[in-house]
Amino acid sequence: MSASAAQKVDPAHATLWARRYPGHDMIGTRTFGFWLYMLTDAMVYAALFATLGVLSHVVNLAGGPSSSAFINPVYAYGETITLFLSVLIYGYSMVALKNGNRGGVIGSMFAAMLLGVVYLVIAGIDIGNMFAHGIVPQVSGFLSIFFTLIIYHALHILVGVVWMLVMMVQIAREGFSANVVYRLINLRLFWHFQAVIWTFVFTFVYLQGMVA
Amino acid sequence: MLVHLQGPWTPLLGRLTLQQIPFHVPILVVTFIVVAILAAVVLGATTYFGKWGYLWREWLTTVDHKKIGVMYILLGLVMLLRGFVDALMIRTQQAMAVGPSSPGYMGAVHGYLTPFHLGQIFTAHGLIMIVFAATPLLVGLMNIIVPLQIGARDMAYPYLNALGLWLTTAGAALVMVSLFVGNFAHGGWYGFVPYFELSYSPGVGVDYWMWSFQLAAIGTSLGSINLIATIVKMRAPGMTWMRMPMFTWASLSTNLIALTSFPVLMVTLALLGMDRYLGTHFYTAGMGGNLMLYNDLFWVWGHPEVYFLILPAFGIMSEIIPTFSEKTLFGYATMVIASFAIGGVAWGVWLHHFFTMAAAPSVNSFYSVTTMLVGIPTGVKVFNWIFTMYRGRVRYELPMLWALLALFLLLVGGMSGMMNAFASSDYMWHNSLFVVAHFHMMVLVIAASVFGAVEYWFPKVFGFKLEQKWGKWFFWFMILGTGWVFVPMFLLGFGGMTRRLDYIHYTQWSPYLHIMLIGMVFYVIAVVFFVAHLYISLRDRAKNRAGADAWGSGRSLEWATHSPVPAYNFAITPHVNARDEWAWRKENGLTELHPGDYESIHMPKNTGVPLFLGILFMGLAFALIWRIWWLALLCVALIVVLIILRSFDHDTDMTIPAEDVEQVESDARDETSTAIRPAGVLGGTAIAHSTLQSGTGGISGSTSPSWTPMDR
Repeated sequence: MSASAAQKVDPAHATLWARRYPGHDMIGTRTFGFWLYMLTDAMVYAALFATLGVLSHVVNLAGGPSSSAFINPVYAYGETITLFLSVLIYGYSMVALKNGNRGGVIGSMFAAMLLGVVYLVIAGIDIGNMFAHGIVPQVSGFLSIFFTLIIYHALHILVGVVWMLVMMVQIAREGFSANVVYRLINLRLFWHFQAVIWTFVFTFVYLQGMVA
Repeated sequence: MLVHLQGPWTPLLGRLTLQQIPFHVPILVVTFIVVAILAAVVLGATTYFGKWGYLWREWLTTVDHKKIGVMYILLGLVMLLRGFVDALMIRTQQAMAVGPSSPGYMGAVHGYLTPFHLGQIFTAHGLIMIVFAATPLLVGLMNIIVPLQIGARDMAYPYLNALGLWLTTAGAALVMVSLFVGNFAHGGWYGFVPYFELSYSPGVGVDYWMWSFQLAAIGTSLGSINLIATIVKMRAPGMTWMRMPMFTWASLSTNLIALTSFPVLMVTLALLGMDRYLGTHFYTAGMGGNLMLYNDLFWVWGHPEVYFLILPAFGIMSEIIPTFSEKTLFGYATMVIASFAIGGVAWGVWLHHFFTMAAAPSVNSFYSVTTMLVGIPTGVKVFNWIFTMYRGRVRYELPMLWALLALFLLLVGGMSGMMNAFASSDYMWHNSLFVVAHFHMMVLVIAASVFGAVEYWFPKVFGFKLEQKWGKWFFWFMILGTGWVFVPMFLLGFGGMTRRLDYIHYTQWSPYLHIMLIGMVFYVIAVVFFVAHLYISLRDRAKNRAGADAWGSGRSLEWATHSPVPAYNFAITPHVNARDEWAWRKENGLTELHPGDYESIHMPKNTGVPLFLGILFMGLAFALIWRIWWLALLCVALIVVLIILRSFDHDTDMTIPAEDVEQVESDARDETSTAIRPAGVLGGTAIAHSTLQSGTGGISGSTSPSWTPMDR
């Protein structure tokens, strides 16, 4: 069980102090912490999806419309394509980072950010249309969680867009310093994670909603 | 979009009016006067002695994990006192308001507190004790001790660490503000729906409860990310997983619980907030809401939270008991497994908080069984502690006394918990005082461990030991109070008394309630002794100076640096060679703490940003409570701007030059060589010698010098 503890160190030849110890790897530590943060965000989504499951019964419609009555698959399709394209292009910006190509990073990040904005516009039109037809969160328990989920996801996209804007300025100002690099890696995790969550939103909110 | 509110609302001040200041409640007016005088004295003294600069540089802007930990503990102690005063008021009211002929004072029909006021008190008591007392105390201890135990210079994210502290403080401050501006929730600390919905609780009380809770939840989640990353990434070379001290293991397990459970609490509260602010229907009665959704979501957080609190307490006991038994911890590997088993089972037991809420028998049975499963790893731990003491040289110094009290209370609380685990019998005493007495036993395990930990690690942080005499009076009066309050409470629970009563119908319960009141008097005396304990320790600190190994029998790495710990913890990062590294070094005569040839040290710089963020978050929460929209928007905008601006700051680190390190090291009092003394001399207190101490074939069978830990 405790192999390491069983290995007795000979006190006569033991190293007591780690001189010139370089300390921890800053970028590795920061990205590890960001993984942990994403775990908390995943738990937030888990709780929201559980709520969606609970509030998807017919009594939770409270006489209001079910999602098959108002979901427009074209918008969901558009959001999927723009978000996944954006993630792909962000991947190219990370390739440029590995090559140390500052212009390449900023250029692809700008494209990824634009696609994020397009996503937000599509989501905004979609939600605006629903609101215009009186399909609002206040109608029923089901619509409450429906809108909470998609708006919470859209808020993440908004944060990602702002983050990319900040990063482009920082790359332009200071190049690939350790601070910038770890933030770019974390932003990549964040951005890919939104695409992963979107597959769940698409499956459980849109696809299942169309079928139900 | 926003819910239409009844009652006055102005764009400038929202719902805030002069009528919201409770001038008409004499208790609150007196409290306010006392608080105002105390605040004036503290602020005046700070100004008079010219300490603002010191306060700002050394404490408010610090990112040093030890100072942040100390502030967490101070916050926890202040809130512990507040929660205790709440308890005192509840017990007094219940002793007074018994039977139809009991008199009423100050507007109450019976007793001296109106049901509305009492409701706020027991709600605040529960929330404060769990979220703003126990949590900060334990988080503070983990903050101080974990980096020292693993040989790190600081936490993984010092800036985030400070942010977590100030967010938690902002939440606690909001609870205190609710005393004098508006009111607090009055439906119990875990809330009820649809009772906490706007239509049934239209006041600001629930909003205060919700936002202070939310701030604490965010702060604790940030802290858990930090501690996990610290333990995983920042260990000194040679500190393999199976060499980690048990408190560090417990901290890892407990923060994994926090990391995964607190987000669920945030969702629970946010959904309630949307119901209250936007008129959605998550938990409403009717309109497609689901009441049980709230209960499930809340306790999906709530039960893991219980283990989040108890595991660090177990970790503390696992540090104190080996030190004062002068033996290595019995069953280290099983202790690790038990810690993670408890953390894992934590996720599968939440439904036992509402066995009576019409779940199918199969569901109740499942959660009964999982709840009983908790007893297995906990039992492993209890036996491991007992076997650690067995044939050890047990010294009954204050930390050990507290650890033993915690062990005893754990037995009482654990056994009564097993009784609650039976769904069938839980139906008999659901929401009765029996349950209340049970979980108070468990939180007293935490309290006893925390007091033990403060005694134990105090010399490490401040360089001197707390005195023993008044500390022992404090200890014994805490035991007296606990016995006199909670034994009658168990009995009343069996008798059928339910919790949170503002009026007690049965006069035959009166003697028990008065016995409990006597217990509260013992507790009050204990608090006085505690203050005396701190005061006399501070006054006589020159007498009680302690060396690196303050107790003479420390085992883990935190004892291998000076007391008080320098800002950089270790002048040169230690290289770990054994599980009980410091005990191993002592056994082999390698206790030199001045390795010489110092190097310059890279450290994070102080920053005021976390403090400002904490203030802004508090402003945001206050604005949302009173629905002052302009202020809320302003705070959000400032928070975003501040975070972005901070990311452009390059000047976040500094280097302590080697000469300064050398200076600090040579100034550090180092009594390690003299601290290694025979166990019988230490502290001059009563010492229990093992009958096998004299080397006549004890477990180790050795005739080694008596300070040598008996290491099997």
